[in-house]
Amino acid sequence: MIEVIKRVVSRPQASLGLLAVLAVLPLFIKSDYLVHVLITVGLYVVLSLSLNLVSGFTGQLSIGHAAFYGIGAYVTALLMLRLNMPYWATIPIAGIITALFGLILGLPTLRLRGDYLAIVTLGFGEIVRLVFLNWDSLTRGPMGLPGIPSPQIGSLIFTSKIPFYFLILAILVITVLFMVRVAESEFGLSLIAVSHDELAAEAVGIPTLRAKLLAFVFSALFAGIAGGYYATYISFVSPDSFTFMDSVTILSMVVLGGLASIPGVVIGAIVLGLAPEVLRFMADYRMLLYGALMVIMMIYKPDGFWGAKHRVRNAVLKNLEKKHTRVKRGEPLDSK
Amino acid sequence: MNSMLLQINYHPEKRCAMFSQQLVNGITAGGMYALIALGYTMVYGILKIINFAHGDIFMIGSFIGLILVKQVHLGLIPAMLISMLIVALLGIVVERIAYRPLRNSAKIAPLLSALGVSIFLTNFAQLVWGTQTRAFPSSFQITTFQVGNVALSSMQIYTLLISILLMVGLYLFVQKSKLGVAMRATSHSVENARLMGINVDNIISLTFGIGSALAAAAGILVGLYYDAVYPVMGYTAGLKAFTAAVLGGIGSIPGAMLGGLLLGVFENLGAAYLSMGYRDAIAFGLLIIILLIKPTGLLGKNIQQKV
Repeated sequence: MIEVIKRVVSRPQASLGLLAVLAVLPLFIKSDYLVHVLITVGLYVVLSLSLNLVSGFTGQLSIGHAAFYGIGAYVTALLMLRLNMPYWATIPIAGIITALFGLILGLPTLRLRGDYLAIVTLGFGEIVRLVFLNWDSLTRGPMGLPGIPSPQIGSLIFTSKIPFYFLILAILVITVLFMVRVAESEFGLSLIAVSHDELAAEAVGIPTLRAKLLAFVFSALFAGIAGGYYATYISFVSPDSFTFMDSVTILSMVVLGGLASIPGVVIGAIVLGLAPEVLRFMADYRMLLYGALMVIMMIYKPDGFWGAKHRVRNAVLKNLEKKHTRVKRGEPLDSK
Repeated sequence: MNSMLLQINYHPEKRCAMFSQQLVNGITAGGMYALIALGYTMVYGILKIINFAHGDIFMIGSFIGLILVKQVHLGLIPAMLISMLIVALLGIVVERIAYRPLRNSAKIAPLLSALGVSIFLTNFAQLVWGTQTRAFPSSFQITTFQVGNVALSSMQIYTLLISILLMVGLYLFVQKSKLGVAMRATSHSVENARLMGINVDNIISLTFGIGSALAAAAGILVGLYYDAVYPVMGYTAGLKAFTAAVLGGIGSIPGAMLGGLLLGVFENLGAAYLSMGYRDAIAFGLLIIILLIKPTGLLGKNIQQKV
């Protein structure tokens, strides 16, 4: 059953069909609450995919991803509030600033691995949150920044949730396309090589440092854009939205979905993004159950929903395999 | 008004008093950090995993102590001993359920499992004891002594004494007893220890038990010292204790003690001279710098990467 679903989902036609369904979905949903849930899930998908670049493909454990999300949100909020910039103009600025922070956080990876790197990312996340909390003159500390304006296209101001839905859908599609492209490129292959065995990758001539730094930069960039979207959508940012727990939630989505698998991570984000809504009837016991489920999941299915077998097959790798079989059969390589 | 403040700040004697006062406060806080850090370092020494649930075990210890003192009307010391025993069992159970099945899996699995336990315990505490902060009544009179320029409360003296007592006890246990030797052997190499006939599973349980018991003691001391017990208290305390463990060199028991003291002192001095709000940021900044310069910490062993 699951195998059939996996095979169907893997086809490009399925993705197009899904996109078509998502595009007309708001026509049938009348409840604002449901649209809000969809938007939240979309935001989580973008965040998980961006973290997957570092923790999935490259295998560098990061538990401070909410920091990038927060920096993107604060930069967008401040640009819109203080400099009256339109939302669209803030996207590249927020993206570039967050990417710079990604570069900064990527630098320790030159020296550190595994648990130690995880701790550095954790410390980075905490420091960023503490700066939001204490830099009163800029961020208003714990009171946060209210009244962030909505985006505007010509005379159309985003007032209802529907245009926001399409905006996150657009961001999501761009993110997915980017990630698929990375996965199939040589850059993606070098990331996977780093995650498998860094020394071996270095030995065969892969520029591992550049690969790791770029992974952090792009990961931060997409998280920053998601943060900017969050700021304008909720119209309020405060340090409480970018805590350690948020980083853990994003990481759980990536791991539970299946590290380094794009469909897996998307499913992980959808399942865990919906879980708090579905479990709402449990009220106070919700988070208790969430914690217990995390432990159970790790024990019985540590590979995530989308097991290791179904991870991204890199295009470069596929090509090599094809050549290999041709050589075996004695066929010439350059003929079609 | 401003000039007066400046005068006080630049008065050499007052500055010296402030420095020694912060030093004393820092050492007291450092003793408590060290107690929690020991649990992290012992577990990491053997299993090479970061027990993210350790901070929450510390919090549970604090709550159990509070209940024993407030509702069962036990004295502080019996309450502390009972809480240490219960929490040691909790630590052993957590290891059995959440870490043992994952011993041979990829690095990320035990980490997430630990985070799951941490979320579970925090929410368990919130359900049972509520989210509000509770005061920890001290059953003894707190007096303050004036030593030179420095105010020293009896609470600080007790806290420091208990911390030192527990650490010396642990040190003797690990260095002199047979079980302690087995623990050190397991931490050196799990495979070799098993070949020597050591029951590694029992040693790991023992390690979790001792680490958790020390965290429970620290939980009660922290609750008393700051007069506050609340469900998320384990989060910051756990992170800082972990910082202390890394600072001293993770896996090293004397390192955890040294790291705890240094972190307590740095943090208090930093908060006094730089900014109160950035107190925690100082701790994390220090952590990142240490990791970048000397990832093995001050007293840690060098780990060579084998090709």
